[in-house]
Amino acid sequence: MAHTNQRIAYGQALVDMGEKNKNLVVLDADLGGSTMGKMFETRFPGQHFEVGIAEANMTSMAAGLALTGKVAFTNSFAVFASGRAYDQIRQSIAIGNVNVKICGSSAGLSDFGDGATHQSIEDIASMRAMPNVTVLSPCDPNEAYQATIAAAKHEGPVYLRINRADYDNITPAGQPFVIGQPQVLKEGTDVAILATGYMVGLALEAAKSLEGKVSAKVVNIHTIKPLSEEKLRAAIGSCKSIVTVEEHSTIGGLGSAVAETLRTDPLPMEFIGMKDEFGRSAHGYGELLEHYGFTPEAIAQAVIKIKR
Amino acid sequence: MYDKEVVHMLETKASALRHHVIYSMGVNYPGHIGGSFSMADMMAALYFHKMKHDPKDRYMRDRDRFILSKGHIALLQYAALAEAGYFPVEDLRDTKELHSVLQGHPDLLKSGHLGIEAGTGSLGQGLSIGVGMALGLRMDDINAKTYVIIGDGELAEGQNWEAAMAAVRFGLDNLVAIVDKNDKQAQGKVAERFPLGEITGKWEAFGWNTIEIDGHNMEDILRGLYAADEVKGKPTVIIAQTVKGKGLKIAEEHPAGMHNAPLTKEQYDGAIQKFSGGN
Repeated sequence: MAHTNQRIAYGQALVDMGEKNKNLVVLDADLGGSTMGKMFETRFPGQHFEVGIAEANMTSMAAGLALTGKVAFTNSFAVFASGRAYDQIRQSIAIGNVNVKICGSSAGLSDFGDGATHQSIEDIASMRAMPNVTVLSPCDPNEAYQATIAAAKHEGPVYLRINRADYDNITPAGQPFVIGQPQVLKEGTDVAILATGYMVGLALEAAKSLEGKVSAKVVNIHTIKPLSEEKLRAAIGSCKSIVTVEEHSTIGGLGSAVAETLRTDPLPMEFIGMKDEFGRSAHGYGELLEHYGFTPEAIAQAVIKIKR
Repeated sequence: MYDKEVVHMLETKASALRHHVIYSMGVNYPGHIGGSFSMADMMAALYFHKMKHDPKDRYMRDRDRFILSKGHIALLQYAALAEAGYFPVEDLRDTKELHSVLQGHPDLLKSGHLGIEAGTGSLGQGLSIGVGMALGLRMDDINAKTYVIIGDGELAEGQNWEAAMAAVRFGLDNLVAIVDKNDKQAQGKVAERFPLGEITGKWEAFGWNTIEIDGHNMEDILRGLYAADEVKGKPTVIIAQTVKGKGLKIAEEHPAGMHNAPLTKEQYDGAIQKFSGGN
């Protein structure tokens, strides 16, 4: 089944897993209608817990459930899931490597109308800095579905970053999600565009627009952590420079992770991301992305600039 | 009324736990004596009488769960686990040494195999973990209780009250919170530093069954723990009135109850002697 929204794909994955796995439990903090935890709640009311507007309690509760053998998913907007409950993730979950999956929904700028308070631009940085935590950022609805399944199968804490918008798929339905495996979506030999989440689609458009001028490769980095140097270099191949694209601050996110990983034999890099500033409200997602320079044109310009 | 032999045995265990706390600290290294000693009697009652658990079958399915929300008194839990046979008492001496699995706060990864059920240390999270555990146990029809010890100063952490509401929302009668009301926190008296008002009334207002006990009277402790078993449909909180540093004069008289303090050689020797060989 093809999905056109990561949240719905996520909710459907939970439901599909729930059919087989009675140990799956899902927690929501009054945002189930947005996170799509409500899809699971409707189908499996006995395995879904509405905890009220209390993300800290939700997160530690999930640890308690996991410690009795449950696979526990917590849902909230990415800002709250990772920020409001940061210490609970650290203390109740990550230090003990407890089997909780934290879904950061409406991530990046995708909750365009609500403004800076609801737009997560530092969640990748905070979550990937935490030992024991795996950080997943699927590129499209199909991949969000698969990433949810992979997160449930993975033993240990996972932060799963989910976009709010409706948009078309890039990857085929049913393609297995391999945690930690960069995925080359378009071949190229000059510049490697490493993108994550919704940005992968923009990166592909940019690469296509450059055809005949620059040979740009597009790599989907759906796993921010772990990021293996060997796999990353294999994906970059013979490209001589890199552009990273993320709907996140350029401090501590994908760009930083790639630079850290390649540090002993670095390649010239350009970062596309939020430049140490919070987001703002807009009437549309596209309008907001454009305002902050998340466009195929801006990516193409960065590619030309960094080409060696 | 409880069997006098049981009461005497538990009092002897409580003394042994105080001994082990001192022993694990050694000389000149700080340790959380005050809060450990205020809960030593309760801990003895839990680990040597009330709780179902087996050091030879650490992961027994229907064991009662214990969470130390006030994780800084890990020394007391280690003392109980060692005395119960999860590991040799001698190992307590290595607590907080670089390569020891016995950390300054309960650590699930390093010492889960020794009987630690949850990682704690950042205050205010233990009750939420307990709510999740109690829910998980109930989902699986496992007849086991979850006990959570919380400090009175710790009640200033708002997450406790989120958890308190959730426990009532889910009707968790298999969850028992124990408040160590020793009236002192790190910087002095709770009533002076950050007054909490009437603690029992707060829990009642949140919908909990409340039981007040003398936390240093073994018969009263047992009365409270067994009374908690009788209540259905809602969680129980036991408010244990205690004395921070109970049993060690220098700690009892200290303004903060020797919250986290070292012992001199003389103090160490005196305390070891006092708590050797039972009461």
